[in-house]
Amino acid sequence: MIYREAGQFRTTYAADQRIFPIVQDRVGMVLLLAAAFVAVPLFASEYALTALLVPMLVLALAALGLNILTGYAGQFSLGTAAFMSVGAFAAYNLQLRLPWIPLLVIFVLAGLIAAGVGMVFGLPSLRIKGFYLAVATLAAQFFVDWLFTKVGWFSNYSSSGVITAQPMAIAGISLETPVRRYLLVLSIVSLLALVAKNLSRTRTGRSWMAVRDMDVAAEVIGIPILRTKLLAFGLSSFYCGVAGALWAFAYLGTVEPQAFDLQRSFQILFMVIIGGLGTVMGAFLGAAFITLFPLFLNWAFHAVVRGEVRPGLLSQLELVCFGALIIVFLIVEPHGFARLWQIGKEKLRLWPFPH
Amino acid sequence: MAFFVEVLVGGLLAGVMYSLVALGFVLIFKASGVFNFAQGAMVLTAATTYAGLVDRGWSGWAAFLAALAVMIVFALLTERLVLRPLVNQPQISLFMATIGLTFVLEGASQAVWGSVVRGLDLGIPDTPLEVKGVLISKFDLVASATAGALVVALASFFQWTRTGRALRAVADDHQAALSVGIPLERIWALVWAAAGAVALVTGLLWGSRLGVQFALTQVALKALPVIILGGFTSIAGAIVGGLMVGASEKVAEVYLGPIIGGGIENWFPYVLALLFLLVRPDGLFGEKRIERV
Repeated sequence: MIYREAGQFRTTYAADQRIFPIVQDRVGMVLLLAAAFVAVPLFASEYALTALLVPMLVLALAALGLNILTGYAGQFSLGTAAFMSVGAFAAYNLQLRLPWIPLLVIFVLAGLIAAGVGMVFGLPSLRIKGFYLAVATLAAQFFVDWLFTKVGWFSNYSSSGVITAQPMAIAGISLETPVRRYLLVLSIVSLLALVAKNLSRTRTGRSWMAVRDMDVAAEVIGIPILRTKLLAFGLSSFYCGVAGALWAFAYLGTVEPQAFDLQRSFQILFMVIIGGLGTVMGAFLGAAFITLFPLFLNWAFHAVVRGEVRPGLLSQLELVCFGALIIVFLIVEPHGFARLWQIGKEKLRLWPFPH
Repeated sequence: MAFFVEVLVGGLLAGVMYSLVALGFVLIFKASGVFNFAQGAMVLTAATTYAGLVDRGWSGWAAFLAALAVMIVFALLTERLVLRPLVNQPQISLFMATIGLTFVLEGASQAVWGSVVRGLDLGIPDTPLEVKGVLISKFDLVASATAGALVVALASFFQWTRTGRALRAVADDHQAALSVGIPLERIWALVWAAAGAVALVTGLLWGSRLGVQFALTQVALKALPVIILGGFTSIAGAIVGGLMVGASEKVAEVYLGPIIGGGIENWFPYVLALLFLLVRPDGLFGEKRIERV
């Protein structure tokens, strides 16, 4: 009854090309953003802001980046965490060596450096496909990890390899309170999400999808494969680089290679798959699920199990549950949350009638 | 020169151990097109089951058979509960499902057997043997002989038995195989069981080297460059790739490592494989891809 587009006519091209053509979607989006920007900072606890929302948003940004590469352009990558790591270390070194650059510019530059590295490791994608490429991107993962651990310059010769990130400030205003950090992350993530959503609807986005569906055919109809694939790698790594810088500066407060290991890459891949490949919405839903579900499992196990158990047993059982749930989810809804959302909307349009 | 030969031989023998892990990957990929990331976790599960049972006073053979039974049950369950419902899904979904399996196996094997490091003594002496001035570990020789025997057995099974022929048919074309009456489900259960058996042998050999512990799962990461180097679909490729990776990794670590800071064996095989792929995008012995629009 409420969610229906009857009577909404599109009379101009501009109206036809809106991101949210239905007025209810627009209202919903405005409400969501208002809640995220105003209500959450006012009412959320410090724990919720620093331990739940900030990491969730940052990982959603990384998932968005991987989604550009895997969901839209169809190139497997297991090196997401490596590009995040490049972003984090680039931001740290820029801040350290060129302290006069404003913070936001540093994040952009860090993203650009990550994009450059991403394009280098994306070069093999022109020759290699599918799982061969996925394994090849692992080279990035291990190489970057080794580089930042072994070459002292990157970590400013810190003996432990763990560096405290510099405090953040924009125009003299310190961002070191939970609310301000959250707002910074939220603004950057919303902006980049909007860019990603729009990109997927442009010529670039369409050529990515053509390459994903079949790159030989795409080449035949005149899409430059080299440029399209490298652009996908570059942009994806840009997103991951910014996410990595935010992860280090706004969430952890430290810059360390261990924060960006292979498990992180898998975590982000899970987000993309469970959220739904090739959707912006999916990256957020997937990130929310993958960050919140282990916390829920942890809570549930501690609520159910009373008394003494062997240390480590609970976390192992959680691991089993998590793995099993991933499999169940893949079987039940292989297209992820984004498809569930779609189905829900279809149902809502007809409600209260069955057909 | 003798030193170089020693490093090279040591590398080659280590390479055989990589080949063993790679073999498990190739078996499953060949027959079902699934990139089985859980192979490392299977190695861990098989080895901890064996070591755990031996710890409780079982004899070696009984523990071996029991661990084998566990792997076969696991294969049957995987086929029934994971692969069958996921038929016709994109490869990436299947790959993600095997990462899920990895979590399940890692969690379950540690929950059952604990996360302590167990030593494993197979009764093979690890004493060096001198051949023309080059020192070779006896254990490595036995390990390579085992790997060799396993490969010959698997290859002849694929080549000359009825089931092996069915397996190759399935690998070639699922639909065609189904239409001539080859039971796909049974074949899949069979390859997963075979990969489980390979994982058990790998786990025993690696386990007596490193100790049976969680780090065994990392062995899988060592095998990935081997299979892309050799090609996903080739058993011979797994062997040759393993030898190449093992040898070049050791030689690079010894000669190149000191120059650029050491610890390069983590990424060197990957870069090597990457360079190879630039020339041969399907690995050394992988099936040629023919693309049509």
